[in-house]
Amino acid sequence: MISVSDLRKGLKIEIDGEPYEVVDFQFVKPGKGQALYRCKIRNLVSGGTIDKTYRAADKIQKPDMHERDLTYSYADGDNFVFMDENYEQMLLGHEVIGEQKAFLVEEIEVKVLFHNNRPIEITLPNFIERTIVETEPGARGDTATNVNKSAKVQGGYEIAVPLFVNEGDTVRIDTRTGKYADRVSKGG
Amino acid sequence: MSPIPFDPQHLRLKTLHPALALRSRILQLIRGFFVDRDFLEVETPVRIAAPAPELHIDAQSSGTAYLRTSPELHMKRMLASGFERIFQMGPCFRRGERGPVHHPEYTMLEFYRAHADYRDALADTKALIAHVAKALHGSLNIVYQGRPIDLATWERLEVDEAFILHAGWSPVRSYDADRFDLDLVDCVEPAFPKGNPMVLMDYPIEAGALARRKPGRPEVAERWELYIGGLELANAFSELTDADEQEERFEICTRRRNDAGRETYPRDDEFLAALRRGLPPAAGAALGVDRLAMLFADAADLGDVVAFQESPD
Repeated sequence: MISVSDLRKGLKIEIDGEPYEVVDFQFVKPGKGQALYRCKIRNLVSGGTIDKTYRAADKIQKPDMHERDLTYSYADGDNFVFMDENYEQMLLGHEVIGEQKAFLVEEIEVKVLFHNNRPIEITLPNFIERTIVETEPGARGDTATNVNKSAKVQGGYEIAVPLFVNEGDTVRIDTRTGKYADRVSKGG
Repeated sequence: MSPIPFDPQHLRLKTLHPALALRSRILQLIRGFFVDRDFLEVETPVRIAAPAPELHIDAQSSGTAYLRTSPELHMKRMLASGFERIFQMGPCFRRGERGPVHHPEYTMLEFYRAHADYRDALADTKALIAHVAKALHGSLNIVYQGRPIDLATWERLEVDEAFILHAGWSPVRSYDADRFDLDLVDCVEPAFPKGNPMVLMDYPIEAGALARRKPGRPEVAERWELYIGGLELANAFSELTDADEQEERFEICTRRRNDAGRETYPRDDEFLAALRRGLPPAAGAALGVDRLAMLFADAADLGDVVAFQESPD
């Protein structure tokens, strides 16, 4: 059990068997009334946010959660096949991977969060490297960094890159923002 | 010479200059307002033997005594000794209260008027806020956290009406203290108009420990709370002047604190003796000066209008 005085942003709690994360919380005390903690909590499975108010004496359920490092292998229809350190296969569904599938490349190591042994969320490395497969050629000698153009990387994901980036270049993408970070190497 | 260490408190104080200048003006405007209306500025003890018992207000101890949670009981003793219009601004202390609009040490304005009731206290409060707004902005239209506020348009809502409307039950008919606080925060306050002054009045008698019963409606206490821009700014009563009823309510409150496992405080016999000698009918209001400064400084956090916020819990 978690006591209300331990509430803080980022804390993971459980309500009716569902895992939630505290995204915001505030001490409130209506005139002459009891101390209350008004929270915004995010359902870690559905992503939906709800309001929840706790009294100082309330007890909150602690979720059974753990994290494992898994290596991505390949996509099989709507499922994504991962491998643990003993080469045991594990299937993660589309609802867990979501938009992050754009950054899944073979052999990439991800952290998978489990709630009661059910995978609910993956965390990618902060940066991944991809090769540009399609973009307009940049003007010769143009090294401006504040002007962008669209580029497609292997796997089909589209990002905005500076004009000096060309087809065949390898770039780093920040997976937390989904944006271009820098160029790692120039293509042949 | 060793380098001067980086001091975030020093940098914070430097950026606070405009907000603290505004706060200083507000203090002067409040004083001017009351002095012009023949109120006497008084000072009562900060370190006291017996804080007023309130179920949910914990006093900070200070040696064998306590720091005041409000100057209420001493100011009412002055009323009982013939001071008819008094006000005081000064520090009050409440243990364990810290949040965006709470600090364990804060500045409270309290003012009392003899031969008056909570409606008079409301008229005083309304005039005070208009006085401050006009002097600072030249107008009663201000903006707080992106919301326009018209300080000339005051709405009133009875507590019972508000709860029946927004929470679906009547706290006056059957009071449930626990549910009252939760529903107030979750259902009633969010339904208030977001900007303009809103007065919630006539509380269930159980929620007004020092307030008089409303004539003809003994189940209701003559108490109001003022909200502006979502900030709870002030609380007022028609003061309870009946010594026996006051003593009984203190006893009930002390028993409930004891049952809840909370510290209990000595009874303020001097205060009860003053009530026995006779308190004229009177009204009093308490207004959070820091929150008033937040409103006029357009600050989202109480820490943005105080010089130091490190006072210990």
